[in-house]
Amino acid sequence: MSTAEKKQGLGKVFMNGILDENPTFRLVLGTCPTLATTTSATNGFGMGLSVTFVLLCSNIVISLLRKFIPDKVRIPSFIVVIAAFVTILKLLLQAYVPSLYSSLGIFLPLIVVNCIILARAEAFASKHPVVESAVDGLGMGLGFTIALTLIGAIREILGSGSIFGINIFGASFEPMLILVLASGGFLSYGILLGIINAITNRNRKAKLEKGEN
Amino acid sequence: MSLILSSAPHIRTHNTTTRLMGNVLIALAPCVAAGVYFFGLRAALVLAVSTASAVLAEFVWQKLAHQKVRISDLSAAVTGLLIGLIVSPTVPWWTVMIGSFFAIIVVKQLFGGVGDNFLNPALAARAVLLASWPTRLTSHPAVGFSADAVSAATPLASMKGISLNDLLLGHVGGAIGETCKIAILVGLAYLLITRTISWRIPVFTVASAFLFNLVVSGSLNDSLTCILSGGLLFGAVFMATDYATSPMQSYAQMIYSVLIGIITVVIRKWGVYPEGVTYAILIANIVAPLLDRFIPQKIYGVIGKKKEVKA
Repeated sequence: MSTAEKKQGLGKVFMNGILDENPTFRLVLGTCPTLATTTSATNGFGMGLSVTFVLLCSNIVISLLRKFIPDKVRIPSFIVVIAAFVTILKLLLQAYVPSLYSSLGIFLPLIVVNCIILARAEAFASKHPVVESAVDGLGMGLGFTIALTLIGAIREILGSGSIFGINIFGASFEPMLILVLASGGFLSYGILLGIINAITNRNRKAKLEKGEN
Repeated sequence: MSLILSSAPHIRTHNTTTRLMGNVLIALAPCVAAGVYFFGLRAALVLAVSTASAVLAEFVWQKLAHQKVRISDLSAAVTGLLIGLIVSPTVPWWTVMIGSFFAIIVVKQLFGGVGDNFLNPALAARAVLLASWPTRLTSHPAVGFSADAVSAATPLASMKGISLNDLLLGHVGGAIGETCKIAILVGLAYLLITRTISWRIPVFTVASAFLFNLVVSGSLNDSLTCILSGGLLFGAVFMATDYATSPMQSYAQMIYSVLIGIITVVIRKWGVYPEGVTYAILIANIVAPLLDRFIPQKIYGVIGKKKEVKA
């Protein structure tokens, strides 16, 4: 494989996580943190970055250890690696970003069992070399971050009339409270998922028709 | 003589969606009239906005989705009018508008349009509005002809000092269409005479709420107040009987109705909210398909085991 080809391959791996296999909108993985932490754009962004950090580190380490970990105990081994990074992340956030730490609450330690991270460890990092795994972790993590920030922004704009904590509509705006409640998470996630599915289907159809002509 | 060979069904009813929905609209007329009489033009505005925006939402959605535009089947108009009737006359017009859009687009069209919705669109919209703007939805004006001046708690929020007579006539605060029980009963009579709905769901719903309340409170007066206040009667007649979201078989319908009655009383007595009809019917809506599936039905033409006659 030439270096140019390899670069193209890495770019594909990277974009894969953001578009084609976006963990939130295409794979529908990690829905629990998606619903619970997107009450505001800041929270969604913070959760996304936290997962990206853990995903990147765990993918690198698991990829390095992929020939060493016995097949039979691979899941527990992955969990140990992931849990180690989550602990590091938790301590870092607690020390430097206490506001985010407190607003993410229980969902921070729960990153250990986040199925995106486990799925990438199982499906990608344990089968691919280090650089590719790192790029995959970064792409998937950013895809997750973009999705969570988008949902968080929509919920925050409509549900509290602000974005990233900055009030945008003025005092006369009466926010639609349901969007910052749990049911609003399901509503906005479901509707966004539907819109993205519709767009993807349309693109695929257009591609097929193009191919036929 | 010409003989026509065709497959079943051979007998068709003349009941079309338009006709049934038209009947519901006629049956709602007394409630509309009573609402406008008690709450003034403000109520008329709310009803007009809710109905118009529901029809508009249906039209726009069906245009955008390249579907046949079916606003003439009146189902959207019924949904819109129902939303207007179950909110307080003081709600801002944009609130009912959002409610109507939500009911038609999210609850009805996204799940497949008329007949395929799994929740009553009007009630789902009310639940969303209640969660979104709780104070807007729960401040009811005191009745009299100064609807814009004073606001008072509904009978459910402050039970004291309201006679049963006032409750029956609708001389109390509350949602536009829910207060005048006489108007609702007139609507019920019309729906029963035209056979638009069967008697089972309204009767079992109200009766079970009454009996359960009687058992719980032990007071006849309290139980009468229970069925005459809030939205119980309105919900039992116009909401619980929605074809798409209620069970089809008679036993299932009975269980469904009793469920609504009991949950309503449970929420009213022990819940955080003063009124529970909305949630009771929505919960029963979700259970309805299960009831239809698991309750044995009487199959037409099949004869069961003959009962042994005791000697």
